[in-house]
Amino acid sequence: MSHEHDHDDDHEHGHAHEPRDAEAARLALRAEALEALLVERGVVQRESIDAIVARYENEIGPLNGARVVARAWSDAGFKQRLLSDARAAIAELSLPTGDQATPIVVIENTPGVHNVVVCTLCSCYPSSLLGLPPRWYKSPPYRARVVREPRAVLREFGLDLPETTELRVWDSSAELRYMVLPERPPGSESASEQELAALVSRDSLIGVAQAGQRRE
Amino acid sequence: MSEGNPAAQPLAALGAHAPPRKNGELHFDEPWESRVFGLTMSLHEAGAFAWSEFQRELIVSIGAWERAHGATDVGFRYWQRWLEAFERLATRKGLIAPAALDARADELAARPPGWDHQRRDVG
Repeated sequence: MSHEHDHDDDHEHGHAHEPRDAEAARLALRAEALEALLVERGVVQRESIDAIVARYENEIGPLNGARVVARAWSDAGFKQRLLSDARAAIAELSLPTGDQATPIVVIENTPGVHNVVVCTLCSCYPSSLLGLPPRWYKSPPYRARVVREPRAVLREFGLDLPETTELRVWDSSAELRYMVLPERPPGSESASEQELAALVSRDSLIGVAQAGQRRE
Repeated sequence: MSEGNPAAQPLAALGAHAPPRKNGELHFDEPWESRVFGLTMSLHEAGAFAWSEFQRELIVSIGAWERAHGATDVGFRYWQRWLEAFERLATRKGLIAPAALDARADELAARPPGWDHQRRDVG
């Protein structure tokens, strides 16, 4: 999908985010100004910055979420606990559960129902499980369009779901963050938990891809 | 994902000055931190400077802060040190003029609140 210019500022209006002190705001402006000037000079492209950040995110970001999913695929009891109380289940794996005040809800994809997550107001995201939100997640087009025309947006991500599949869009907020439990890919029956985790991409945890599906 | 990943090598070279990690993951508290990280890596990969040059600036920036505040001061912000190091290097390389940077930051600060938010459709 195409992306509008994205400033990557943290939003602090309306709903509650981590408070930002004046110094943090000053640093954010300086970083933004640096990027803008260097892009205008042509010494760097925004796309190459995006690509590098994405590379590090993909490498390091969604590993915790992937481990949670792999366990849920391998252990039905864990899956039930995950769906009913995600925070407690995630804690069983000694993984960080993020800010105590912000519950995480895990929603399960099934053959008839596909879930996708957005934060329509800004970029709320279960970072403790997924690392940094990708740039497109924060972009106005994704935030607005995935609610109005989820099927079309998913198609742009390369995910063409049958018309019979029900699509559910979940709006994250500062009070509640969602992670998708993707369907276990066919053919992975004999995979170990570690092998399963490797099939779980960040995008599949947001719901814009299926597990085991490569996008590029 | 693996230790041998070439993408991780510049960071490994920073040794004690490598970025903060949480559970093995590179840790950013705020979006701008990942942007300035990406900006630095991107310019380095494009050949704008040798990694050792950035490394030196980062060590200087962190060292100066620690001398001024003491190594245990809780006010330490790793990515602020990184940003300062990058600014200094970019200035030295003639990529950035400090006055232009100050002016642009002031301009960005003057945007009205909510400039970046689109109206929400209320159904």
